[in-house]
Amino acid sequence: MALLKRKFDAVIVGGGGSGLRAALQLSEAGLKCAVLSKVFPTRSHTVAAQGGIGASLGNMGEDNWLWHMYDTVKGSDYLGDQDAIEFMCRMAPQVVYELEHFGMPFDRNEDGTIYQRPFGGHSQNFGERPVQRSCCAADRTGHAMLHTLYQCNIRAQTQFFVEWMALDLILDQEGHVLGVTALEMETGDVIILQARATLFATGGAGRVYAASTNAFINTGDGLGMAARAGIPLEDMEFWQFHPTGVAGAGVLITEGVRGEGGYLLNKNGERFMERYAPTMKDLASRDVVARAVATEIKEGRGAGKDGDYILLKLDHLGPEVIEKRLPGIREIAKKFANVDPVTDPIPVVPTCHYQMGGIPTNYHGQVVVPKGENPETPVAGFYAAGECACCSIHGANRLGTNSLTDLLVFGKAAGDHMVQFLKENTNHKDLPKNAGEHTLARLARLENQKNGENVYTVATDMRKTMQAHCGVFRFPELLVDGVKKIREIAGRAKHTEIKDKSKVFNTARIEALELDNLIEVAVATLVSAEARKESRGAHDRADYHKRDDANWMKHTLYYNAVNRISYKPVHLKPLSVETFEPKARVY
Amino acid sequence: MTEMNRLRWNCRRGMLELDLVLTGFLDKHYPKLTGSQVKVFKELLDYPDTDLWDMIMARTEPADNTMKTVLQLIRAS
Ligand SMILES: Cc1cc2nc3c(=O)[nH]c(=O)nc-3n(C[C@H](O)[C@H](O)[C@H](O)COP(=O)(O)OP(=O)(O)OC[C@H]3O[C@@H](n4cnc5c(N)ncnc54)[C@H](O)[C@@H]3O)c2cc1C
Repeated sequence: MALLKRKFDAVIVGGGGSGLRAALQLSEAGLKCAVLSKVFPTRSHTVAAQGGIGASLGNMGEDNWLWHMYDTVKGSDYLGDQDAIEFMCRMAPQVVYELEHFGMPFDRNEDGTIYQRPFGGHSQNFGERPVQRSCCAADRTGHAMLHTLYQCNIRAQTQFFVEWMALDLILDQEGHVLGVTALEMETGDVIILQARATLFATGGAGRVYAASTNAFINTGDGLGMAARAGIPLEDMEFWQFHPTGVAGAGVLITEGVRGEGGYLLNKNGERFMERYAPTMKDLASRDVVARAVATEIKEGRGAGKDGDYILLKLDHLGPEVIEKRLPGIREIAKKFANVDPVTDPIPVVPTCHYQMGGIPTNYHGQVVVPKGENPETPVAGFYAAGECACCSIHGANRLGTNSLTDLLVFGKAAGDHMVQFLKENTNHKDLPKNAGEHTLARLARLENQKNGENVYTVATDMRKTMQAHCGVFRFPELLVDGVKKIREIAGRAKHTEIKDKSKVFNTARIEALELDNLIEVAVATLVSAEARKESRGAHDRADYHKRDDANWMKHTLYYNAVNRISYKPVHLKPLSVETFEPKARVY
Repeated sequence: MTEMNRLRWNCRRGMLELDLVLTGFLDKHYPKLTGSQVKVFKELLDYPDTDLWDMIMARTEPADNTMKTVLQLIRAS
């Protein structure tokens, strides 16, 4: 059966910060650009970002891009590619000023310049003292950014396909990417969106974990589609855990609570952070606090009847401070934890927050894969940006506020490179005869499945397995066992069954298709984590306690389709400055 | 069924807080809403995430009485 086709110069899957920034470059260049999004673009997960955008504007004190670069390289635990990091830190001020000109309502200083907030991990003069580098719009930075970019795109006549879900990548014999198949939720129809260049900006896959701060839509669709098309996923063992997500719900309790004087207690009422970080205590960096919390729980000092959470105490601050300095926290605690923090502590656990790995790209946003001698051969016509891409800026650990910077810088860079590529490749290549067949076969399988398993059951087992076997701490036996378990679950995911076969807005079908993507991410994460025999950044192994630069300063590439791991070197050479040589990462 | 499916998808938001609250509301309270309340609920879903969240957290209060009632129910779910 031939599918209906629609042709564009460029197709962008994802209408979050990175997708919208890229689309703007293309539409403003006069190209016909389509943006697909599962939800209305301004409801993309970028809306949740509050902390701000990191850029060395130097509005609050001296700052420069080289210091920002140093912090990012160090934060990445030396797994970040230094050419890409230099590129990002140099471009950051420019993309922030552009956003200002697009109409972004940044907070201001009295002299009219953009106000900048302090944020963990950002420093002056190579780690000497903290610097205020985060540009924000009250606690609505992500929201303001999405609205600003969306309006610009409307003006530039970007064509939006809202409530459309891309299902599979289309490649030809030569491995060139020619577009995607996509499902229109409103009708249930599947069509081909043909393009001369395709960008994935589908965001993260945080929903692979049981405890996650991510919205339900973050199901790693771009990663799933890439993996099914034979493209490897890079550094998937690295996930950032936020130390304080509400136990059971995942909702984030901001670092600000500890900034204002809240602190963590174990079941004995002990302020345990004093043992782990005597100077910084509860304000130590995210990964340090997350590990401490996980250790307390693991060693039997967790609170609650199952001993599976830690307590965040803030009643000593008094109701006025809580209301005034921490707006919303009281409501969040009441709503999601059933406690009033004015009198009782909030139960929290380390919660999956950000995916450092993703689809391998270079700093132009081109998707790159090993071919022959070259570990980074561009896939013609294929780009990725934002949280779904691994560029690799964040390496083994992301600094707060660097993700929004990443979206703007690499969204724009990818858009620019696509414009160039489209100039050089003026004709649509012919679609292969079997284009879309793979998608139709997947849908037919789901439609006709008998005696299959419920999607929710399989997804829950996947999330529990990820949480138990590949969380904050990684133990050798648990990893080995986890790989076995997740493969079994991946097998079960091939036989999911849905009862509702209706066409219009069939959420059951959508969730089954999302599970197909999540499971690719889960398998890649566990296999890559089991294989990496060192501790680096967010990957902390009980049996290999130290970073091992001699053997492991390299990026993981996992090929889901053939279950094979390979590695590629980290780019230690920046574009114009000296390499930042690996040092121990102490704060 | 179709209507319910569409609403369920529209309760998928960019913020986890809203995902949790709205999905809970849909299962618990939505089936009992009156016609005018249903209409207002759909209007609420058209608000930007941050504005809707502010209303649910009672940081801002709409003028419309039906909307107030629906928000009460959302808060209670
Ligand atoms: C609570 C929270 C707070 C955060 N705060 C900050 C912060 O202060 N600073 C910072 O730098 N970072 C922050 N982050 C991280 C940052 O928000 C994200 O990494 C970033 O917003 C991701 O943007 P994106 O453009 O890659 O994807 P998203 O904004 O997630 O957008 C993905 C888009 O892809 C679409 N999509 C996905 N799959 C498909 C498909 N199959 N078909 C069609 N469309 C699809 C979606 O509809 C959506 O439009 C925070 C994260 C969380 C969870």
